[in-house]
Amino acid sequence: MCVVCGCGGSDGVGGEAQRSAAVVQPQDLHYGAGPAGVSIPGLSQTRTITLEADVLGANQQLADRNRAHFQAHGVRALNLLSSPGSGKTTLLCATILALRERAPHVPLAVIEGDQHTRLDAERVRAAGAPAIQVNTGRGCHLDAQMVGDAFARLDLHDHAHGHHHGHGHRHPHGHGHDQSHDGGHPPALLFIENVGNLVCPALWDLGEAAKVVILSVTEGADKPLKYPDMFAAASLLLVNKTDLLAHVDFDVAQCIAFARRVNPGLQVLELSATRGTGMDAWLDWLLQVPPRPAPVPSAAGAEDAAALRARIAALEAQLAALQGQP
Amino acid sequence: MHELSLAEGILRLVQASAVREQFTQVAVLRLEAGALAGVEVGALRFALEALRHGSCLESARIEIDEVPGRAWCEPCAAEVRISSRADPCPQCGGYPVRVLGGDRLRVMDLLVHEQEART
Repeated sequence: MCVVCGCGGSDGVGGEAQRSAAVVQPQDLHYGAGPAGVSIPGLSQTRTITLEADVLGANQQLADRNRAHFQAHGVRALNLLSSPGSGKTTLLCATILALRERAPHVPLAVIEGDQHTRLDAERVRAAGAPAIQVNTGRGCHLDAQMVGDAFARLDLHDHAHGHHHGHGHRHPHGHGHDQSHDGGHPPALLFIENVGNLVCPALWDLGEAAKVVILSVTEGADKPLKYPDMFAAASLLLVNKTDLLAHVDFDVAQCIAFARRVNPGLQVLELSATRGTGMDAWLDWLLQVPPRPAPVPSAAGAEDAAALRARIAALEAQLAALQGQP
Repeated sequence: MHELSLAEGILRLVQASAVREQFTQVAVLRLEAGALAGVEVGALRFALEALRHGSCLESARIEIDEVPGRAWCEPCAAEVRISSRADPCPQCGGYPVRVLGGDRLRVMDLLVHEQEART
Protein backbone atom coordinates (compact mmCIF):
# COMPACT_ATOMS: atom_id res chain seq x y z
CA MET A 1 0.00 0.00 0.00
CA CYS A 2 1.23 3.50 -0.78
CA VAL A 3 2.11 5.18 2.52
CA VAL A 4 1.65 8.65 1.05
CA CYS A 5 -1.94 8.49 -0.10
CA GLY A 6 -3.08 5.06 1.08
CA CYS A 7 -4.14 3.92 -2.36
CA GLY A 8 -4.11 0.24 -3.13
CA GLY A 9 -4.65 -0.67 0.51
CA SER A 10 -6.72 -3.54 1.74
CA ASP A 11 -8.48 -1.35 4.32
CA GLY A 12 -10.96 0.16 1.89
CA VAL A 13 -8.99 3.35 1.33
CA GLY A 14 -8.54 3.35 -2.41
CA GLY A 15 -9.05 -0.36 -2.33
CA GLU A 16 -11.00 -0.40 -5.58
CA ALA A 17 -7.98 0.74 -7.56
CA GLN A 18 -7.65 -2.61 -9.37
CA ARG A 19 -10.97 -2.35 -11.20
CA SER A 20 -10.45 -0.60 -14.49
CA ALA A 21 -9.11 -2.23 -17.58
CA ALA A 22 -7.67 1.15 -18.59
CA VAL A 23 -4.73 0.73 -16.21
CA VAL A 24 -1.45 0.79 -18.06
CA GLN A 25 1.25 -1.26 -16.40
CA PRO A 26 3.81 1.30 -15.24
CA GLN A 27 6.78 -0.86 -16.16
CA ASP A 28 5.68 -1.17 -19.79
CA LEU A 29 6.55 1.32 -22.48
CA HIS A 30 3.86 1.31 -25.15
CA TYR A 31 4.37 4.04 -27.74
CA GLY A 32 1.18 3.35 -29.63
CA ALA A 33 -1.20 3.87 -26.72
CA GLY A 34 -1.76 7.61 -27.24
CA PRO A 35 -4.94 9.13 -28.67
CA ALA A 36 -3.43 9.06 -32.16
CA GLY A 37 -2.74 5.34 -31.84
CA VAL A 38 0.76 5.83 -33.23
CA SER A 39 4.03 7.28 -32.04
CA ILE A 40 4.96 10.60 -33.63
CA PRO A 41 8.43 11.80 -32.70
CA GLY A 42 8.34 15.15 -30.89
CA LEU A 43 4.68 14.79 -29.89
CA SER A 44 4.02 13.59 -26.40
CA GLN A 45 1.86 10.49 -25.96
CA THR A 46 -0.55 10.20 -23.10
CA ARG A 47 -1.67 7.36 -20.87
CA THR A 48 -4.39 6.89 -18.33
CA ILE A 49 -3.65 6.22 -14.67
CA THR A 50 -6.54 4.95 -12.61
CA LEU A 51 -6.53 6.06 -8.97
CA GLU A 52 -10.12 5.89 -7.70
CA ALA A 53 -8.75 7.27 -4.46
CA ASP A 54 -10.80 8.94 -1.76
CA VAL A 55 -9.62 12.53 -1.35
CA LEU A 56 -10.14 12.20 2.40
CA GLY A 57 -8.30 8.86 2.48
CA ALA A 58 -5.07 10.30 3.91
CA ASN A 59 -7.01 11.97 6.73
CA GLN A 60 -8.91 8.75 7.34
CA GLN A 61 -5.68 6.82 7.82
CA LEU A 62 -4.45 9.33 10.38
CA ALA A 63 -7.85 9.29 12.10
CA ASP A 64 -7.72 5.49 12.32
CA ARG A 65 -4.24 5.80 13.83
CA ASN A 66 -5.53 8.35 16.37
CA ARG A 67 -8.44 6.05 17.24
CA ALA A 68 -6.08 3.13 17.93
CA HIS A 69 -3.82 5.46 19.88
CA PHE A 70 -6.69 6.75 22.06
CA GLN A 71 -7.88 3.23 22.71
CA ALA A 72 -4.41 2.05 23.68
CA HIS A 73 -4.14 4.95 26.11
CA GLY A 74 -7.56 4.37 27.63
CA VAL A 75 -8.81 7.70 26.34
CA ARG A 76 -12.40 8.39 25.24
CA ALA A 77 -12.15 11.22 22.71
CA LEU A 78 -15.20 13.33 21.87
CA ASN A 79 -15.43 15.75 18.97
CA LEU A 80 -17.60 18.75 19.97
CA LEU A 81 -19.19 20.52 17.03
CA SER A 82 -21.50 23.48 16.61
CA SER A 83 -21.91 26.84 14.96
CA PRO A 84 -20.14 29.80 16.62
CA GLY A 85 -21.98 31.08 19.67
CA SER A 86 -23.79 27.89 20.74
CA GLY A 87 -22.02 27.98 24.10
CA LYS A 88 -19.52 25.20 23.41
CA THR A 89 -16.71 26.62 25.51
CA THR A 90 -19.03 27.63 28.36
CA LEU A 91 -20.46 24.10 28.33
CA LEU A 92 -16.96 22.65 28.28
CA CYS A 93 -15.85 24.73 31.28
CA ALA A 94 -19.02 23.83 33.21
CA THR A 95 -18.48 20.18 32.31
CA ILE A 96 -14.88 20.24 33.57
CA LEU A 97 -15.97 21.78 36.87
CA ALA A 98 -18.81 19.27 37.29
CA LEU A 99 -16.59 16.30 36.43
CA ARG A 100 -13.92 17.45 38.89
CA GLU A 101 -16.63 17.36 41.56
CA ARG A 102 -18.34 14.12 40.58
CA ALA A 103 -15.52 12.02 39.14
CA PRO A 104 -12.24 13.55 40.36
CA HIS A 105 -10.33 10.38 39.45
CA VAL A 106 -11.11 10.73 35.73
CA PRO A 107 -8.23 12.41 33.89
CA LEU A 108 -9.37 15.19 31.53
CA ALA A 109 -7.79 17.14 28.72
CA VAL A 110 -8.94 19.46 25.96
CA ILE A 111 -7.82 20.20 22.42
CA GLU A 112 -9.18 23.61 21.43
CA GLY A 113 -9.64 24.41 17.76
CA ASP A 114 -10.06 28.01 16.63
CA GLN A 115 -8.90 29.95 13.63
CA HIS A 116 -7.15 32.50 15.84
CA THR A 117 -6.28 33.33 19.47
CA ARG A 118 -5.56 31.22 22.55
CA LEU A 119 -8.57 32.61 24.42
CA ASP A 120 -10.52 29.36 24.64
CA ALA A 121 -7.56 27.28 25.84
CA GLU A 122 -6.98 29.90 28.56
CA ARG A 123 -10.65 29.64 29.62
CA VAL A 124 -10.39 25.84 29.79
CA ARG A 125 -7.13 25.96 31.78
CA ALA A 126 -8.76 28.42 34.18
CA ALA A 127 -11.55 25.85 34.66
CA GLY A 128 -8.92 23.33 35.69
CA ALA A 129 -8.13 21.10 32.70
CA PRO A 130 -4.96 20.96 30.62
CA ALA A 131 -5.56 22.31 27.14
CA ILE A 132 -3.70 22.60 23.85
CA GLN A 133 -4.83 25.37 21.51
CA VAL A 134 -4.73 24.54 17.81
CA ASN A 135 -5.02 27.58 15.56
CA THR A 136 -6.09 26.60 12.09
CA GLY A 137 -5.38 30.01 10.51
CA ARG A 138 -7.58 30.17 7.41
CA GLY A 139 -8.65 26.55 7.96
CA CYS A 140 -12.28 26.00 8.84
CA HIS A 141 -11.94 22.65 10.66
CA LEU A 142 -9.57 20.45 12.62
CA ASP A 143 -8.07 17.46 10.84
CA ALA A 144 -6.68 14.18 12.13
CA GLN A 145 -3.06 15.26 11.85
CA MET A 146 -3.67 18.36 14.01
CA VAL A 147 -5.38 16.25 16.67
CA GLY A 148 -2.64 13.61 16.63
CA ASP A 149 0.04 16.27 17.02
CA ALA A 150 -1.86 18.02 19.81
CA PHE A 151 -2.54 14.75 21.67
CA ALA A 152 1.20 13.99 21.73
CA ARG A 153 1.70 17.22 23.73
CA LEU A 154 -0.87 16.34 26.38
CA ASP A 155 -0.20 14.59 29.66
CA LEU A 156 -3.14 12.29 28.85
CA HIS A 157 -0.76 10.71 26.38
CA ASP A 158 1.08 9.32 29.41
CA HIS A 159 -2.15 8.38 31.15
CA ALA A 160 -1.85 4.64 30.69
CA HIS A 161 1.88 4.50 31.23
CA GLY A 162 2.94 7.11 33.75
CA HIS A 163 6.04 8.08 31.81
CA HIS A 164 7.06 10.01 28.74
CA HIS A 165 7.71 8.02 25.59
CA GLY A 166 9.57 10.82 23.93
CA HIS A 167 8.37 9.73 20.51
CA GLY A 168 6.70 11.35 17.54
CA HIS A 169 3.55 9.97 16.01
CA ARG A 170 5.32 8.80 12.92
CA HIS A 171 7.62 6.54 14.87
CA PRO A 172 6.66 3.03 15.75
CA HIS A 173 5.29 2.75 19.24
CA GLY A 174 6.68 0.27 21.66
CA HIS A 175 3.51 -0.22 23.61
CA GLY A 176 1.28 -2.17 21.28
CA HIS A 177 -1.54 -0.07 19.80
CA ASP A 178 -3.22 -3.23 18.64
CA GLN A 179 -4.02 -4.07 22.23
CA SER A 180 -6.83 -2.25 23.93
CA HIS A 181 -6.32 -0.42 27.16
CA ASP A 182 -6.83 -3.05 29.80
CA GLY A 183 -6.91 -1.88 33.30
CA GLY A 184 -5.65 -0.30 36.40
CA HIS A 185 -6.50 3.20 35.14
CA PRO A 186 -9.91 4.89 35.01
CA PRO A 187 -10.85 5.86 31.44
CA ALA A 188 -9.75 9.37 30.58
CA LEU A 189 -11.81 11.93 28.67
CA LEU A 190 -10.40 14.01 25.84
CA PHE A 191 -12.63 16.82 24.60
CA ILE A 192 -11.84 18.12 21.14
CA GLU A 193 -13.60 21.45 20.61
CA ASN A 194 -13.73 21.88 16.87
CA VAL A 195 -13.80 25.19 15.00
CA GLY A 196 -17.26 26.77 15.27
CA ASN A 197 -18.78 25.66 11.98
CA LEU A 198 -21.71 23.37 11.18
CA VAL A 199 -20.49 22.48 7.70
CA CYS A 200 -16.86 21.58 7.13
CA PRO A 201 -15.88 19.71 10.33
CA ALA A 202 -18.52 17.04 9.56
CA LEU A 203 -16.28 15.65 6.82
CA TRP A 204 -13.05 15.20 8.79
CA ASP A 205 -12.83 12.18 11.06
CA LEU A 206 -10.42 12.94 13.90
CA GLY A 207 -10.38 9.46 15.44
CA GLU A 208 -12.99 10.37 18.05
CA ALA A 209 -15.24 7.85 19.79
CA ALA A 210 -18.25 10.05 19.03
CA LYS A 211 -19.23 13.37 17.53
CA VAL A 212 -21.36 15.56 19.81
CA VAL A 213 -23.25 18.37 18.08
CA ILE A 214 -24.41 21.31 20.19
CA LEU A 215 -27.33 23.47 19.13
CA SER A 216 -28.57 26.34 21.28
CA VAL A 217 -32.18 27.46 21.49
CA THR A 218 -31.19 30.94 20.29
CA GLU A 219 -30.56 29.38 16.88
CA GLY A 220 -33.16 28.07 14.44
CA ALA A 221 -34.89 24.79 15.23
CA ASP A 222 -34.58 23.93 11.53
CA LYS A 223 -30.77 23.81 11.57
CA PRO A 224 -30.73 19.98 11.38
CA LEU A 225 -32.39 20.25 7.96
CA LYS A 226 -30.19 23.13 6.83
CA TYR A 227 -26.95 21.38 7.85
CA PRO A 228 -27.94 17.71 7.61
CA ASP A 229 -24.42 16.31 7.11
CA MET A 230 -23.36 17.40 10.59
CA PHE A 231 -26.45 15.98 12.31
CA ALA A 232 -26.13 12.76 10.31
CA ALA A 233 -22.53 12.32 11.50
CA ALA A 234 -23.24 12.95 15.20
CA SER A 235 -24.02 10.40 17.91
CA LEU A 236 -25.40 12.89 20.43
CA LEU A 237 -27.24 16.20 20.11
CA LEU A 238 -27.06 18.61 23.04
CA VAL A 239 -29.77 21.27 23.00
CA ASN A 240 -28.12 24.05 25.02
CA LYS A 241 -29.32 27.29 26.66
CA THR A 242 -32.67 25.78 27.62
CA ASP A 243 -32.93 28.44 30.36
CA LEU A 244 -33.71 30.90 27.52
CA LEU A 245 -36.64 28.88 26.13
CA ALA A 246 -39.16 31.24 27.75
CA HIS A 247 -37.69 34.15 25.79
CA VAL A 248 -37.24 32.66 22.33
CA ASP A 249 -39.40 31.02 19.71
CA PHE A 250 -37.74 27.60 19.59
CA ASP A 251 -39.71 24.37 19.31
CA VAL A 252 -37.51 21.72 20.97
CA ALA A 253 -39.69 18.78 19.88
CA GLN A 254 -39.69 20.00 16.28
CA CYS A 255 -35.90 20.45 16.35
CA ILE A 256 -35.42 16.90 17.64
CA ALA A 257 -37.83 15.54 15.02
CA PHE A 258 -35.86 17.31 12.26
CA ALA A 259 -32.58 15.94 13.64
CA ARG A 260 -33.91 12.38 13.81
CA ARG A 261 -35.21 12.71 10.27
CA VAL A 262 -31.58 12.78 9.08
CA ASN A 263 -30.28 10.53 11.88
CA PRO A 264 -32.89 8.20 13.42
CA GLY A 265 -30.43 6.84 16.00
CA LEU A 266 -29.38 10.26 17.31
CA GLN A 267 -29.41 10.58 21.11
CA VAL A 268 -30.60 13.92 22.47
CA LEU A 269 -30.06 15.69 25.79
CA GLU A 270 -31.39 19.11 26.78
CA LEU A 271 -29.36 21.26 29.13
CA SER A 272 -28.37 24.71 30.28
CA ALA A 273 -24.64 25.00 30.86
CA THR A 274 -24.99 28.30 32.71
CA ARG A 275 -27.79 27.12 35.06
CA GLY A 276 -26.64 23.51 35.41
CA THR A 277 -30.00 22.06 34.35
CA GLY A 278 -29.61 18.71 32.62
CA MET A 279 -25.89 18.48 33.36
CA ASP A 280 -26.27 15.21 35.32
CA ALA A 281 -27.57 13.32 32.29
CA TRP A 282 -24.73 14.74 30.18
CA LEU A 283 -22.19 13.61 32.78
CA ASP A 284 -23.84 10.17 32.84
CA TRP A 285 -23.40 10.01 29.08
CA LEU A 286 -19.76 11.08 29.33
CA LEU A 287 -19.00 8.56 32.06
CA GLN A 288 -21.05 5.95 30.20
CA VAL A 289 -23.45 5.45 33.09
CA PRO A 290 -26.63 3.70 31.86
CA PRO A 291 -29.56 6.13 31.50
CA ARG A 292 -31.57 6.62 34.69
CA PRO A 293 -35.26 5.78 34.86
CA ALA A 294 -37.58 8.73 34.37
CA PRO A 295 -37.82 10.72 37.59
CA VAL A 296 -40.91 10.20 39.71
CA PRO A 297 -43.07 13.37 39.66
CA SER A 298 -42.18 15.42 42.71
CA ALA A 299 -45.83 15.56 43.92
CA ALA A 300 -45.83 11.77 44.25
CA GLY A 301 -42.97 11.93 46.70
CA ALA A 302 -45.28 13.43 49.28
CA GLU A 303 -47.94 10.82 48.81
CA ASP A 304 -47.83 7.71 50.92
CA ALA A 305 -48.34 4.17 49.60
CA ALA A 306 -51.99 4.14 50.58
CA ALA A 307 -52.72 7.28 48.59
CA LEU A 308 -50.95 5.80 45.55
CA ARG A 309 -52.95 2.58 45.87
CA ALA A 310 -56.10 4.63 46.02
CA ARG A 311 -55.10 6.46 42.83
CA ILE A 312 -54.38 3.16 41.07
CA ALA A 313 -57.76 1.80 42.13
CA ALA A 314 -59.53 4.94 40.90
CA LEU A 315 -57.73 4.79 37.55
CA GLU A 316 -58.47 1.08 37.18
CA ALA A 317 -62.14 1.79 37.82
CA GLN A 318 -62.05 4.52 35.17
CA LEU A 319 -60.41 2.12 32.72
CA ALA A 320 -62.97 -0.61 33.43
CA ALA A 321 -65.80 1.88 32.84
CA LEU A 322 -64.27 2.94 29.52
CA GLN A 323 -63.78 -0.67 28.40
CA GLY A 324 -67.40 -1.43 29.33
CA GLN A 325 -68.67 1.18 26.85
CA PRO A 326 -69.84 -0.09 23.44
CA MET B 1 -14.79 26.79 2.49
CA HIS B 2 -13.32 23.34 3.13
CA GLU B 3 -13.00 22.91 -0.65
CA LEU B 4 -9.53 24.46 -0.40
CA SER B 5 -8.45 21.64 1.93
CA LEU B 6 -10.02 19.10 -0.43
CA ALA B 7 -8.23 20.68 -3.39
CA GLU B 8 -4.94 20.38 -1.48
CA GLY B 9 -5.77 16.70 -0.86
CA ILE B 10 -6.40 16.21 -4.59
CA LEU B 11 -3.10 17.87 -5.48
CA ARG B 12 -1.25 15.67 -2.97
CA LEU B 13 -2.80 12.52 -4.47
CA VAL B 14 -1.82 13.60 -7.98
CA GLN B 15 1.72 14.56 -6.92
CA ALA B 16 2.19 11.19 -5.19
CA SER B 17 1.04 9.52 -8.39
CA ALA B 18 3.49 11.65 -10.41
CA VAL B 19 6.38 10.33 -8.31
CA ARG B 20 5.19 6.74 -8.64
CA GLU B 21 4.29 6.85 -12.30
CA GLN B 22 7.03 9.16 -13.57
CA PHE B 23 5.05 11.94 -15.23
CA THR B 24 5.35 15.70 -14.93
CA GLN B 25 2.16 17.06 -16.48
CA VAL B 26 -1.46 15.95 -16.37
CA ALA B 27 -3.60 16.42 -19.48
CA VAL B 28 -6.95 15.52 -17.90
CA LEU B 29 -7.86 15.07 -14.24
CA ARG B 30 -11.17 13.32 -13.65
CA LEU B 31 -12.88 13.64 -10.28
CA GLU B 32 -16.10 12.18 -8.97
CA ALA B 33 -18.11 14.27 -6.52
CA GLY B 34 -21.09 12.62 -4.88
CA ALA B 35 -24.11 14.82 -4.20
CA LEU B 36 -23.84 13.84 -0.51
CA ALA B 37 -20.07 14.35 -0.26
CA GLY B 38 -20.46 17.84 1.20
CA VAL B 39 -18.62 19.38 -1.73
CA GLU B 40 -19.63 22.54 -3.56
CA VAL B 41 -18.32 21.81 -7.04
CA GLY B 42 -17.96 25.48 -8.04
CA ALA B 43 -15.91 26.20 -4.93
CA LEU B 44 -13.77 23.12 -5.58
CA ARG B 45 -13.02 24.31 -9.14
CA PHE B 46 -12.13 27.73 -7.79
CA ALA B 47 -9.78 26.21 -5.20
CA LEU B 48 -8.10 23.96 -7.79
CA GLU B 49 -7.58 27.00 -10.04
CA ALA B 50 -5.87 28.78 -7.15
CA LEU B 51 -3.55 25.84 -6.41
CA ARG B 52 -2.65 24.46 -9.84
CA HIS B 53 -0.07 27.04 -10.92
CA GLY B 54 3.44 25.63 -10.92
CA SER B 55 2.15 22.11 -10.25
CA CYS B 56 1.65 19.08 -12.47
CA LEU B 57 -1.98 20.24 -12.85
CA GLU B 58 -0.85 23.53 -14.43
CA SER B 59 -2.32 22.80 -17.87
CA ALA B 60 -4.78 20.02 -16.98
CA ARG B 61 -8.39 19.99 -18.02
CA ILE B 62 -10.38 19.21 -14.89
CA GLU B 63 -13.52 17.13 -15.31
CA ILE B 64 -15.81 16.69 -12.33
CA ASP B 65 -18.48 14.00 -12.63
CA GLU B 66 -21.31 14.81 -10.28
CA VAL B 67 -23.01 11.60 -9.21
CA PRO B 68 -26.37 11.49 -7.41
CA GLY B 69 -26.83 10.49 -3.79
CA ARG B 70 -28.17 6.95 -3.47
CA ALA B 71 -30.34 5.94 -0.54
CA TRP B 72 -32.54 3.10 0.64
CA CYS B 73 -36.15 3.83 1.55
CA GLU B 74 -37.40 1.28 4.07
CA PRO B 75 -41.19 1.76 3.46
CA CYS B 76 -40.71 1.54 -0.33
CA ALA B 77 -38.06 -1.20 0.02
CA ALA B 78 -36.34 0.48 -2.90
CA GLU B 79 -33.22 2.37 -3.80
CA VAL B 80 -33.94 6.04 -4.47
CA ARG B 81 -31.94 9.12 -5.45
CA ILE B 82 -31.58 12.09 -3.13
CA SER B 83 -29.62 15.33 -3.34
CA SER B 84 -29.36 16.03 0.40
CA ARG B 85 -29.37 13.97 3.58
CA ALA B 86 -32.42 15.97 4.62
CA ASP B 87 -34.41 14.93 1.54
CA PRO B 88 -37.47 12.73 1.97
CA CYS B 89 -37.96 9.67 -0.20
CA PRO B 90 -38.91 11.01 -3.65
CA GLN B 91 -41.43 8.16 -4.08
CA CYS B 92 -43.36 8.10 -0.80
CA GLY B 93 -42.29 11.39 0.79
CA GLY B 94 -41.35 9.54 3.95
CA TYR B 95 -38.37 9.43 6.30
CA PRO B 96 -35.84 8.25 7.00
CA VAL B 97 -33.81 7.19 4.02
CA ARG B 98 -30.49 5.45 4.58
CA VAL B 99 -27.55 6.66 2.50
CA LEU B 100 -26.00 3.98 0.29
CA GLY B 101 -23.63 5.97 -1.91
CA GLY B 102 -22.77 9.21 -3.63
CA ASP B 103 -21.18 10.46 -0.43
CA ARG B 104 -17.55 10.56 -1.48
CA LEU B 105 -15.15 12.78 -3.36
CA ARG B 106 -12.69 10.71 -5.37
CA VAL B 107 -9.86 11.17 -7.81
CA MET B 108 -10.90 8.70 -10.50
CA ASP B 109 -8.17 8.83 -13.10
CA LEU B 110 -5.55 10.92 -14.80
CA LEU B 111 -4.61 11.24 -18.44
CA VAL B 112 -0.94 12.14 -18.30
CA HIS B 113 1.68 13.21 -20.83
CA GLU B 114 4.38 10.62 -21.15
CA GLN B 115 7.96 11.68 -20.59
CA GLU B 116 9.63 11.98 -23.98
CA ALA B 117 11.40 8.68 -24.68
CA ARG B 118 15.12 8.99 -25.35
CA THR B 119 16.40 7.48 -28.56
